[in-house]
Amino acid sequence: MNYDPITIALLSILIFLGAALIAPLLRRSQTSLINISFILASIASFMAVAAGYFTVENAVVNTMILPIGLPDLPFHFRLDPLAGFFLVVVGLLSFFVSIYSIGYVKGYLGNRSVTSLAVFYCLFIAGMLLVVLADDALCFLVSWEIMAGASYFLVMFENERAENRRAALLYLIIAHVGAIAILLAFGIMAGFGSGSVFDGYTFDAMRKADIPVEWATAAFFLSFFGFAAKAGVIPLHAWLPEAHPAAPSNVSALMSGVMLKTAIYGIIRITFDIIHVFPWWWGAIVLTFGLISTVMGVLYALMQHDLKKLLAYHSVENIGIILIGVGLSMVFIAFKLPLLAALGLIAGLYHTINHAMFKGLLFMGAGAVLHATGERNMEEMGGLIHKMPWTAAMFLVACMSISALPPFNGFVSEWLMFQAFLLSPALPNQILILLIPLGASLLALSGALAAACFVKAFGVTFLGHWRGHHKCRAHEVDWSMRSGMLMAGGSCLLLGILPTIFIDWVDIIAEHFVGSTISLSASQYGWMWLTPVSYERASYSGITVFIGILVVLAVTYALLHVSPGMIRRSHIWDCGFKKINSRMQYNATSFAQPIRRIFGFLFNIIERTEQAPHAGHQAFPKKLHYYLSVRDRLWKWLYKPFVDSSFWISKQAGKLQQGHIQTYLIYSFITLIALLVFLR
Amino acid sequence: MTINSLIIEALQIILVIGLAPAFAGWVRTLKCWFQGRSTPGIFQPYRDLRKLFSKEVVLAHNASWIFRFTPYLLFGTAVLVGGIIPIISVDLPLAATADVIVVVFIFAIARFFLALAGMDIGTAFGGMGSSREMMIASLAEPAMLMAIFTVSLVNKSTSLAEIVQVIYNTPPELNPSLAFAFVAFILILLAETGRVPVDNPATHLELTMIHEGMILEYSGRHLALIEWTSMMKLYLFTSLAIAAFAPWGIATKGSLDALPLAFGIMIAKLGVAGLIIVLIETGLAKMRLFRVPEFLGTAFLLATLGMLSFFMLD
Amino acid sequence: MEFTIDTASHVINFLAALLLLTSFAMLAQRKIYGLIHLFVWQGIFLAANTAFVGFMADKSHLFISAILTVGLKVFLLPYIFYKLIHLLDIRKEVENVVNISTLMFIGIGLVIFSYYLTSPVRELSTLMTRPTLAIALASVLIGLLMIITRKNAVTQVIGFLAMENGLFFAATSATYGMPLVVELGVALDILIAALIFGIFFFHINTTFDSLSVDQMARLKEDEPDE
Repeated sequence: MNYDPITIALLSILIFLGAALIAPLLRRSQTSLINISFILASIASFMAVAAGYFTVENAVVNTMILPIGLPDLPFHFRLDPLAGFFLVVVGLLSFFVSIYSIGYVKGYLGNRSVTSLAVFYCLFIAGMLLVVLADDALCFLVSWEIMAGASYFLVMFENERAENRRAALLYLIIAHVGAIAILLAFGIMAGFGSGSVFDGYTFDAMRKADIPVEWATAAFFLSFFGFAAKAGVIPLHAWLPEAHPAAPSNVSALMSGVMLKTAIYGIIRITFDIIHVFPWWWGAIVLTFGLISTVMGVLYALMQHDLKKLLAYHSVENIGIILIGVGLSMVFIAFKLPLLAALGLIAGLYHTINHAMFKGLLFMGAGAVLHATGERNMEEMGGLIHKMPWTAAMFLVACMSISALPPFNGFVSEWLMFQAFLLSPALPNQILILLIPLGASLLALSGALAAACFVKAFGVTFLGHWRGHHKCRAHEVDWSMRSGMLMAGGSCLLLGILPTIFIDWVDIIAEHFVGSTISLSASQYGWMWLTPVSYERASYSGITVFIGILVVLAVTYALLHVSPGMIRRSHIWDCGFKKINSRMQYNATSFAQPIRRIFGFLFNIIERTEQAPHAGHQAFPKKLHYYLSVRDRLWKWLYKPFVDSSFWISKQAGKLQQGHIQTYLIYSFITLIALLVFLR
Repeated sequence: MTINSLIIEALQIILVIGLAPAFAGWVRTLKCWFQGRSTPGIFQPYRDLRKLFSKEVVLAHNASWIFRFTPYLLFGTAVLVGGIIPIISVDLPLAATADVIVVVFIFAIARFFLALAGMDIGTAFGGMGSSREMMIASLAEPAMLMAIFTVSLVNKSTSLAEIVQVIYNTPPELNPSLAFAFVAFILILLAETGRVPVDNPATHLELTMIHEGMILEYSGRHLALIEWTSMMKLYLFTSLAIAAFAPWGIATKGSLDALPLAFGIMIAKLGVAGLIIVLIETGLAKMRLFRVPEFLGTAFLLATLGMLSFFMLD
Repeated sequence: MEFTIDTASHVINFLAALLLLTSFAMLAQRKIYGLIHLFVWQGIFLAANTAFVGFMADKSHLFISAILTVGLKVFLLPYIFYKLIHLLDIRKEVENVVNISTLMFIGIGLVIFSYYLTSPVRELSTLMTRPTLAIALASVLIGLLMIITRKNAVTQVIGFLAMENGLFFAATSATYGMPLVVELGVALDILIAALIFGIFFFHINTTFDSLSVDQMARLKEDEPDE
């Protein structure tokens, strides 16, 4: 047996499918079911990572044709550096999450059966790996369906709650609307790629096809629409904040961390690889949607008090950031600036893996909190840093990463994106060079708002006092959950302080699609300094910042610290008010209030305060009732009209069903006559 | 990386740490003069720091490790930035570590942890300070980035050492985009360092506090380190403005004997900068919180005009 | 004093930038007196620019225009406005239809739009004032924006005058000024317009006791049984 990377990747998919098959056989002993399934999943994920890493490292391109599928339409598989990169992204996070799941899923023992969770978890990851490996339209769409279907069942895992069922239905509908669009896009491209036999459905044929520009535009728009629906780009994002919180937290980590990335993979594959020639305004559209998603995503997140919903909205924001990088790259390619295009594409890909790492870690942390306290509502939490120190520390690492703070990984990809923006004056189009810097400032705004949001999330959940009404029974989580989180946190740090090594590795993708690399200039000054364009232009050394801060910290601490015995513990400053209690702290809603007030015009906000006055004196309220509702304007403007019109159309179409046999026979008769006329 | 440059680096770091309280003292003295009060002298901040170091540290019962760790982290980030911005010389080995954007984000680390420390104790005042600080920061970032963008457009680089070199090599001219960016930067400096009209650093009313609110629970040497850090932040932001807009006087590569002149010129420039800051602080009243978005919006507008004029008037 | 072309264009660009800044500052103003002060500054920058262009391009009639500008826009018109505000006891705040932040963003949009619009002309022009045409057009559009979004008649007139400033600046940028006869005629028109506005304001104020344009909406036909 030869050890091609594609064989290893397909083997890992087989292991996932095998794990899904044997899980129902073990359902008697749930503990061993959990152990075996998730350990198999982690082994398979590791194999996928190895295959992907090897592919990108050595710029290998493997293809394989398997005779599954329809009789004359076998499945084509292809493992090239782009697919290899996404294999690494999917596999790495799946590895961490599978180890985490061993402990997490045990939390469900005794309450419900976890068999379906294990089965669909394995099918889900298998589907994602298949999507990345697919090399023809049929295989792609079948894998897409496996992925969507498995995740639907995972979102429905706790289906006794109505909101979970509703979330799953919304998710399924939007996923399928997107899938139809993707199917149509493939149809267009396959139509132009076909010869006499219908072999145009392979990606190879589509690449070679000569598609006229209007049809290519239609295919691009359809595929972008379809993938944007899956990625959660505004305005097709409504399912994200419903579905991701509803699913179990390990699944949410995967959905946010890697499932959204398969949509990015789709966009890059179709635009950069298959349709490889395009006008600049496609890139401008991608960039615009990316910017809108970034800003609106983070603003939505700031309004939330449910921890998982907040994280889900942040996924919208980060997908927007990835699209900014991809869009910039597309614009630069169209204007024949390959070095800048490489920079944009690398920034986008870097953010892809960064987001997988820190979003996965955030959801794992949220899951740990949920597991320990049974709460998802931040307003009922607080002070958990004392009870769950490891989780708190790892969640802090993830918060710092997503807020783009050096020396962690989020900062590197945002910095690269800012550098790409700063190089936009090289464009020949006069208006673009005026508008693109405004986009850069929107990116800065969203970065700062994200930092605010995560101060809120971490501060309200872990710091302060316990805000809940019942007693806090939290405890630290077990070793498997801790190791999953630790590994993800470690990768966040490593990706942040070793950017040149990562760029060296991933650069081959830029070379393939754009024709230029940045790794030469990026590590020109040495492996420690990242100089994307040139040393004079800009440089950043993550590892020096990291070591520098540590050194100064250590020196200052050594010289100045107070030994614990010399510290006196006392009560907090209460301004003379003795009856201070834990409800008087700032909570999530109050923290976001200034920002809500400034940016609230973008939402539908209803805020009411009612006071029930004290019997003794009008001025002192006995009871204060505060009502706040933040609604998404897009529901009213986009979704509701869409749903209403679909119902109306269905009703009108329903009029065709009269119920009389004569009517149906007349329909058949008319159709027969029409066919005979037209096919004469 | 020669011995000379290492010496210069060490000298500059010591300068930043040592001179920052004096600069803060100069600003306070000027304010006293303008407001007709008698002044305790330029060196009063040193005496304040010494007093705080000798005092006992009192922590709340539920203060976590973040609360104890934050003062050291803040001091560390300020010292690191002090080694990056060219103040007396361009020849700094650490200058390659970070460009302007990285410096802004290193300050963001400090702000992040300070805001967390404000939330840590669980009082309303800390939360209030943190939430307001993050709001102001989120509005100042786009303006700051636009100003940096304009500066980098004119000087074709975001690396501070390079910006200084480019400004030295081009003949001085009246550049409207840099003028706009400079005014915008002054406004952002006032917001980021917590001066009037955005935040009053000398207030004692908890409901008007932003920066002070976050550090309300600190005492002893922790408070000393945080105060020192905010003095260094003012010094560093001023030095950043000087390096990006008016760097003449900063020594270029190599020699140690250009340093005394550079030092003298730096003192003069800091004096003028302090004067400008105090003129603005005395002339304006502290704004109510929800006027700050307009203030920062003006800064963003000026920076955008600077960027637009660069392209349009060329 | 000898100026090279390079220095000259720097000075002109700087004055143009200041002009744009005053336009935006007028958009953001909250007080009527501030608006008038900014109008004075705009007149000063405009006159300085005209005189400088006249000096560099050797067109002496521009000096006369500059003096006319100073006389009218820096002294006479602001004086008339002060008197009007005092006599009619007009409210000292500027009222807008939309809020100031939105106005700023629209202003920036107008600047970008003017830049886009004037790019073909910019390519053809050979004058040293070439780059400033976009700013001139932007000033005109921002003046128009001021007229549209202000509620008080006095502030709308100032917007109209700001538009005129922009047009004047556009003339200087595109063709080194209009012929002197035209400029004298325009100056006379403005003087007459100011006088007529003054008379109208007085009458409107006595009829409605206010100069707010909301009130003037009552001028439309009402039902007979009102």
